[in-house]
Amino acid sequence: MIELRDLTVRYGSTVAVDGVSLDLPTGKIYGLLGRNGSGKTSLLSALASYRRPARGSVRFDGADAFENPAVMRQTCFVRDTLDVNDSERVRGVLAVAGWLRPAWDHDYAARLVDLFELDPRKRISALSRGQRSALGAVLGLASRAPLTILDETYLGMDAVARSNFYRELLADYLVHPRTIILSTHLIEEVADLFERVIILDHGRLLLHEETDELRGRGITVTGPAAAVEAFAGGHPVLGEQSLGGVRAMTLDWRPEPADIARGEAAGLTFGPVGIQDLFIHLTSPSKRLEAIR
Amino acid sequence: MFDDRSPIYLQIADGIKNDVLSGALKEDEQVMSTNQYAAFYRINPATAAKGFAQLVDEGVLYKKRGIGMFVSPDAREKLRAARRERFFTEVVDPMLAEAKRVGIGVDEIVRHVGGAR
Repeated sequence: MIELRDLTVRYGSTVAVDGVSLDLPTGKIYGLLGRNGSGKTSLLSALASYRRPARGSVRFDGADAFENPAVMRQTCFVRDTLDVNDSERVRGVLAVAGWLRPAWDHDYAARLVDLFELDPRKRISALSRGQRSALGAVLGLASRAPLTILDETYLGMDAVARSNFYRELLADYLVHPRTIILSTHLIEEVADLFERVIILDHGRLLLHEETDELRGRGITVTGPAAAVEAFAGGHPVLGEQSLGGVRAMTLDWRPEPADIARGEAAGLTFGPVGIQDLFIHLTSPSKRLEAIR
Repeated sequence: MFDDRSPIYLQIADGIKNDVLSGALKEDEQVMSTNQYAAFYRINPATAAKGFAQLVDEGVLYKKRGIGMFVSPDAREKLRAARRERFFTEVVDPMLAEAKRVGIGVDEIVRHVGGAR
């Protein structure tokens, strides 16, 4: 179990992560979502002990993680910068990773290098953005670290490379289960891989739930304004729009089939709310929604 | 394959039920393992496992320890009975409501269904 207690990260007077407490059972794939500046990277940096929290703690099976060699050996944190020497060659970077990572799999790394069409002789400084991302994916996957954290590493990859990355991640996880945390804003294309989703908003924990519970959690109701409002009752409204007498409301509510039938009889139509839409509704400032109306 | 209307585990369970009903999956036939299923459909294995657990709870599948999951001998009959019960409320009634909205009489529907027979 990874336990975050009141975790707070500050940069001067700016609070990037504000009192986050989370229990993360190990062996699962987590998706960390949040808008730019929501504190994802800061939270992960503290989680991986790259940064000492201003307040609070990170514990792995009860042991404090900060500057704890036993925990650090088990942790692989791959971020955008890759934390490698730019004048080094790809094969050199992989060799170093092999020395540092107890569970490093050389053959698997070589297969991934082929898959992502990386040239092992190339210097890091000569890699394109997509190739850098692919190298990050190789470093993360082949480390087989019990806690593997990939912070938007793969965002520079094109659609084909990302698709290969997702397939490899799942296939390798099935054989070597471990805790994997991916931060992303490409929610739609990876959501199916996440067992749980964590959403940060302005440095605070907005939600931590089983991904599958978020599917069908919300619903969009459209129809005559009065009928829509009557149907919405007191259920939480995530967003709304009006056009003439027609109103569309997104509700944080999972109605029963009988409710739907009743609504349809009253002339309402219903639409699903995907995880991406739910995320947008949950993290949009309500003022902006008002402006759209 | 899966949509956003409901949790994937329910969609997995429904898909397997449909295969049992159509006969694509036979009694006592082994179904895919949760890992095979997860890899094939590219979903988290915990999600797949939840779908299979639901089917075991409902008696559609049964487990053989260390071997895998199989279709229960009476699964098809049970599913047919359950779906028959829901047929009029979930299929016929909404159709009649739509027919009424667009002005199609019951006689016309009967003639159409008779022609299809």
